[in-house]
Amino acid sequence: MLKMSNISKVYRTELVETHALRELDLHVEEGEFVAVTGPSGSGKTTFLNIAGLLESPSSGVYELDGEDVSQRNDKHRSRVRNEKIGFIFQSFNLIPDLSLADNVDVPLRYRGWSGQKRRKVIGEMLDLVGLGSRKDYLPSQLSGGQQQRVAIARALAGKPRFLLADEPTGNLDSEMASVVMNLLESINDEGTTIVMVTHDPDLAHRASRNIHILDGRASDLGSTGPANVTPLPERGVARV
Amino acid sequence: MFSYYVRLALASMKRTPVLSALMILALGLGIGAFMTTFTVYYLMSGDPIPHKSGVLYAVQLDNWDPNEPPTESAKDVQPQLTYRDGQNLMNADTPAKRQAQMYATNVVVVPEGDDPPFDESVRATYQTFFDMFDVPFLYGQPWTDLDDEGHASVAILGREMNDQLFNGENSVGRSIRLDDNYFEIVGVIDDWQPMPRFYHSDWSRAFADAEQIFIPFSRAVDGPMGPSGNTNCWKPMDDSLPAIEGFLQSECVWTQFWAELETPEQAAAYKDYLDNYVREQKEIGRFERPLNTFISNVPEWMEVMEVVRNDNRVLTRLSFLFFLVCVLNTVGLLMAKFLGKGGEVALRRAMGASRGAVFSQNLVEVGLIGLLGGLVGTVLAWLGLRAVENLYRGYQHLVQLDPVMLATAVCLATLAAIIAGLYPVWRVSQLPPAGLLKTQ
Ligand SMILES: Nc1ncnc2c1ncn2[C@@H]1O[C@H](COP(=O)(O)OP(=O)(O)O)[C@@H](O)[C@H]1O
Ligand SMILES: [Mg+2]
Repeated sequence: MLKMSNISKVYRTELVETHALRELDLHVEEGEFVAVTGPSGSGKTTFLNIAGLLESPSSGVYELDGEDVSQRNDKHRSRVRNEKIGFIFQSFNLIPDLSLADNVDVPLRYRGWSGQKRRKVIGEMLDLVGLGSRKDYLPSQLSGGQQQRVAIARALAGKPRFLLADEPTGNLDSEMASVVMNLLESINDEGTTIVMVTHDPDLAHRASRNIHILDGRASDLGSTGPANVTPLPERGVARV
Repeated sequence: MFSYYVRLALASMKRTPVLSALMILALGLGIGAFMTTFTVYYLMSGDPIPHKSGVLYAVQLDNWDPNEPPTESAKDVQPQLTYRDGQNLMNADTPAKRQAQMYATNVVVVPEGDDPPFDESVRATYQTFFDMFDVPFLYGQPWTDLDDEGHASVAILGREMNDQLFNGENSVGRSIRLDDNYFEIVGVIDDWQPMPRFYHSDWSRAFADAEQIFIPFSRAVDGPMGPSGNTNCWKPMDDSLPAIEGFLQSECVWTQFWAELETPEQAAAYKDYLDNYVREQKEIGRFERPLNTFISNVPEWMEVMEVVRNDNRVLTRLSFLFFLVCVLNTVGLLMAKFLGKGGEVALRRAMGASRGAVFSQNLVEVGLIGLLGGLVGTVLAWLGLRAVENLYRGYQHLVQLDPVMLATAVCLATLAAIIAGLYPVWRVSQLPPAGLLKTQ
């Protein structure tokens, strides 16, 4: 489903050149639940951005569903994002002055579905995350865990086959984190491919495969078991 | 998508109410100031009688004090004629198709029944006035040549006066009391309001209402009904004559004089005729200055009379500059506002919005701000014109903001906002979609 070959990403600023990814090779099969771990600043988010077509690699080839998408134009890439990819962010990123329903509606608007179809999907998605009765609430009226569940509903609304999550439980307490994790697992069981960046070794263990990124290079840790994972010390890397 | 964008725009404006209000106000103030001055300018510079303005000529003869500085243009010559010269021209066989001498006077109208008497301005003129200026009649028709010659006590009313005195009924054949005399009504004219009022346009009167009562010039002079407009004299009157006769024979100017000249040849012949007339008058000791006669058609006459005053032109230009400053200011405010949009833009981009979609969404917001700015501007322009009305008497007719002007104001504001917004909106649409994830 996702195949990256020789992907590099270099950020150039006036003072420094940062090699966020160095010749990264990686592939993810349909239906996998992959956890990506690695110290801060190692390039995890950059990897996720490239995988989600939010950034283009400096060099290398990225194929999604067999199509080389790295060099396509903005309109095409936007459509691919809209139809195939769902995003979940660490800090939920709900639009504060839109209701829950309107937040879930965002990707559907760009899909161009009819109002009737959108309303039906929105209802289903909010039911799925257990917030069906609060569709007219504003995000500020919810707890952090509930907000993240809305964000998941939003990510799933367009029925993407590929879900990218950047530390989705990073801002939640462990109880909430577990609820969200259960939700992701059940989504994966239904067939959605998931790539999740996480710091939490326990969560990483629950994924079907672990990938460790260090200094912009990926190493496959294979299918997971507690013994496979060595918690790595956080490196203090100054952001450029 | 458009209605979705409108909804998002409203939500976004609610999120930053102060900033949005400032932008709307800035545009509104700019538009309001500009529309106010421009409306005044536009109405002042309008052609009062478009289909005929090229063939109607105001006449000037330079009968003034020989000790005054030399005449260089029509602006240096008195805009009115003496009674004598006007009468000589009216009675001569000139090359003009029509001529009319005229002046304004005041009377007291005494209505029938219990209504109290009131002051009213009356135009004393010749029957040619009505055909020459294409005055539309509701009832009856102009008085006749014979009425002019016979100093007849006849009158023509304006529609408003006829509504007031006769409830709008056909009053032809009835009579109206002006001061102590009765005048038989021979016609009622329909709404007729040349703007500016070119035929008698000293600047304080150029925007006054057309008169509501017209009577024969000869009858008014018999009255005697003195002129209520400017009367200018440079030479003492002849003491040996009775006062009224002395005034009529004097070099004082107080009548307006118009000629209808249908072709350039006719105009040239008429001008020659005037020159010869002045030469003849020089032989009997009048017109001591060098020969100077002028005929000016309506647009030229509006220039001579400086109907569009220079300060108004300057003000219109200044207010346009002010409007530009407001637009620039709006650009700044929009930049400030859109800076805060990075998060939402990145989110929408991640959810599948193309750059084009982000551009459209924000352009709709800018357009909406412009539309609201335009509405505020229209209200301010309306208030501004009310203020102009109160400041300057005789400007009543300038205050009508017509629908075209309204639509123009709103379109102008929306367009200005969209132009002002193009750059900020483009910048927003270029924000990197990865912004969100990276800030974590
Ligand atoms: N837009 C950017 N401009 C410059 N440097 C960046 C940018 N984004 C990331 N980097 C740098 O690239 C490296 C990898 O960053 P990131 O992918 O965010 O790491 P992680 O998510 O693993 O913490 C870091 O050194 C970071 O400072
Ligand atoms: Mg990161």
